[in-house]
Amino acid sequence: MKSSRRIAIAGVTALAVAGALAGCTSGSGSEDGTLELRVATFPPGADQAAYDAFTEQEAQFEEANPDIDIVGVEYEWTAPTFAAQLAGGSLPDVFTVPFTDSKTLLENGQLADVTDEVEELGYADKFNPIILEEVTDADGRVFGFPRQAYANGLHYNRALFEQAGLDPDSPPTTWDEVREAAKQISEATGKAGYATMATGNTGGWQLSVQADSRGASLQTANGDGTYTSTIDDDATRATLQFLHDLRWEDDSMGATFDLDWGTINQEFAAGNVGMYTSGSDVYTALVRDFGMAPDDYGLTVIPTEDGGGVLGGGDIAVMPPNLDDATTAAAVKWIDWYYMQKLLDEDAAVADAKALSDAGQAVGTPVLPVLDQATYEESLTWIEPYVNVPLDQMAGFTEGIFEQTPIGEFKGQTQPIYALMDNLVQAVLTDENADIDALLAQVDADAQALLDQ
Amino acid sequence: MTMTRDPEVADAAADRPPRPPSDVPAHRKRRRTPMTWLRGGGLSNLAFVAPMLVVFAVFSWGPIVQAVVMSFQKTNLVSPPVFVGIDNFVRVLSDPNLGTAVVNTLYFALLALLFGFPLPLLLAVMMSEVRRGKGLYSALAYLPVVIPPVVAVLLWKVFYNASPDGVFNTILGWVGIPPQPWLQSSATVMPSLVLEATWAAAGGAIIIYLAALIAVPPELYDAAEVDGAGIWRKIWHVTLPQLRGVLFIMLILQVIATSQVFLEPFLFTGGGPNNATLTILLLIYRYAFQNSLGGAYGEATALSLMLAIFLALLSWAYFKLTERWSTN
Repeated sequence: MKSSRRIAIAGVTALAVAGALAGCTSGSGSEDGTLELRVATFPPGADQAAYDAFTEQEAQFEEANPDIDIVGVEYEWTAPTFAAQLAGGSLPDVFTVPFTDSKTLLENGQLADVTDEVEELGYADKFNPIILEEVTDADGRVFGFPRQAYANGLHYNRALFEQAGLDPDSPPTTWDEVREAAKQISEATGKAGYATMATGNTGGWQLSVQADSRGASLQTANGDGTYTSTIDDDATRATLQFLHDLRWEDDSMGATFDLDWGTINQEFAAGNVGMYTSGSDVYTALVRDFGMAPDDYGLTVIPTEDGGGVLGGGDIAVMPPNLDDATTAAAVKWIDWYYMQKLLDEDAAVADAKALSDAGQAVGTPVLPVLDQATYEESLTWIEPYVNVPLDQMAGFTEGIFEQTPIGEFKGQTQPIYALMDNLVQAVLTDENADIDALLAQVDADAQALLDQ
Repeated sequence: MTMTRDPEVADAAADRPPRPPSDVPAHRKRRRTPMTWLRGGGLSNLAFVAPMLVVFAVFSWGPIVQAVVMSFQKTNLVSPPVFVGIDNFVRVLSDPNLGTAVVNTLYFALLALLFGFPLPLLLAVMMSEVRRGKGLYSALAYLPVVIPPVVAVLLWKVFYNASPDGVFNTILGWVGIPPQPWLQSSATVMPSLVLEATWAAAGGAIIIYLAALIAVPPELYDAAEVDGAGIWRKIWHVTLPQLRGVLFIMLILQVIATSQVFLEPFLFTGGGPNNATLTILLLIYRYAFQNSLGGAYGEATALSLMLAIFLALLSWAYFKLTERWSTN
């Protein structure tokens, strides 16, 4: 008897545990029969107004598509988290990836083929062909919707410029002027006159931006799918020497040298950094996520020298390949509505701008056109009444950007090579006696080894 | 008489003087059959253990086995894996970063041993001598352990602000020491990490040492005092020998923990500047996650496996070497 009672208790316990474990798995469908679509929203830290604007847009979409239930998911593309989410299958149904990742992802079969959907929507021929190429495979199949492109710019703090006796309406136009302004800001305010990102692959990214502006070409495509690393060149050397001199000779880079995209924005928004280079579209994040005062913000083009150009990039809205047909159809509807129609259709553009403007979000941040130039310029006129960013403080950029030569990021092993280049930036900023020639030769060899894998 | 597994009989047997095992011939032992196992409550035991077995198998042993398999594969966890033999191990061993990571890890372990090992012992001995407020001191010492590690690191990151206005630099300024670069220089970054790690971990060790100190028989101190021993001789000749077992265990635990240091370099510096704090575990993490397009999971698991085997061998050798010292 005793034994059977034990067995009974054990059985009940085992069942309870099994039940609890089974309860850990979640269901995916909504109870009311609508299709639940998980879509990427904002990076962690976005303010409530951003979510209010999203909720408004979500409601508009769901009203037009009552069979789809939009679930916003906090999302930010960073190299480590993306790899983990990709491997773990926890990415949203719709998310965005930068151009640097799109080619490899589609070659690895990690993105859904949306060729038919793009054609069906009727704007396949509207895309800027250079940008569409980023999401097209060798057979001409399309794997995503380019939704936003940017060029890198020189961001500067107008308040610090004024405190240092500099004219915020005449930002520097050469790297020598940048150095001089940085020194003045640093001496007058005690803040970092100039800063650059250095960690989490962003050091390599911005080193690439600054070297390209001096005429560097960091990688050569051999045309047969192989690449040759050319990081070890004079323009990269000049860039590293420039950073070294700002840091060690002028002492105009402050005391923090481990900044990445988030922390440099934070420091800049807090008024601790005079100038830095980053994507032209960062104004939205600076104000929305980092609380920068719009009046303090200034943007101009990156100085270009010796035939250099301006490095650009962008991102694409994509879906994982394993969605069922109904979810894929819903995801395409969302991408078209949320990302694309505001670029193509006046009513959608106005509705989007109005929703953002009502919620106090930035409208009119400078970007590069993903569609053809004519459509882009027309779309700017639609939203003109709602533009609330200080465009006059960005005149240096908006007036100069189309005169600069656009350059795309190098294609072979982009992120791992950016990681290697992080070390170059960190070395010159933290070691006064860093041997730039030796460091460059080593990173060049390591990059080539990666490319040869 | 036959051997029995019934606990009541076993308790009764325990009252009798023990009989040498050789008194019970092997053939007289009751043979264990499935039926005896069943009657002895084996099924209910199994039913009780099963949930834990399942949980361990799914969340612990399964992943370990999977990691071993993966170390011989090339996989991005999305496309089907390809068996590549020992390629991952060869690639890891020929990676120039491995040498840097090993040296940095050893440097961290050495600094942690120099600062982090004696300090808790010293504090515990001092606290055991305190007559009043011992509980308060214990609580204060343990407080850093209660603070979530990520929060602690972020706080220390603020303290380590390298500008003259930084918390530590301000304090140093009071005594005329110039601002230090802390995390912003290859020379000072590792000691800075060790300082925080020691602060964070000392509380746990202090509590263990305090518990061990209570177990030291007071008459040993009385005897030493009668023999004219002072405080230092009492510590050297009574306290330390009595704590020997605990000290050896704590030492190997610390070596194992510092060999796997990840949190501090990951959160403070990401391995920088210029790989000055790249440790073995951070290298494993980089293999797996630095590339957003699906990392080198094979290399990551290969290095993890090598580290696990090395630590297992080290622990075994350590216990073999110290077996006699800790028991004598």
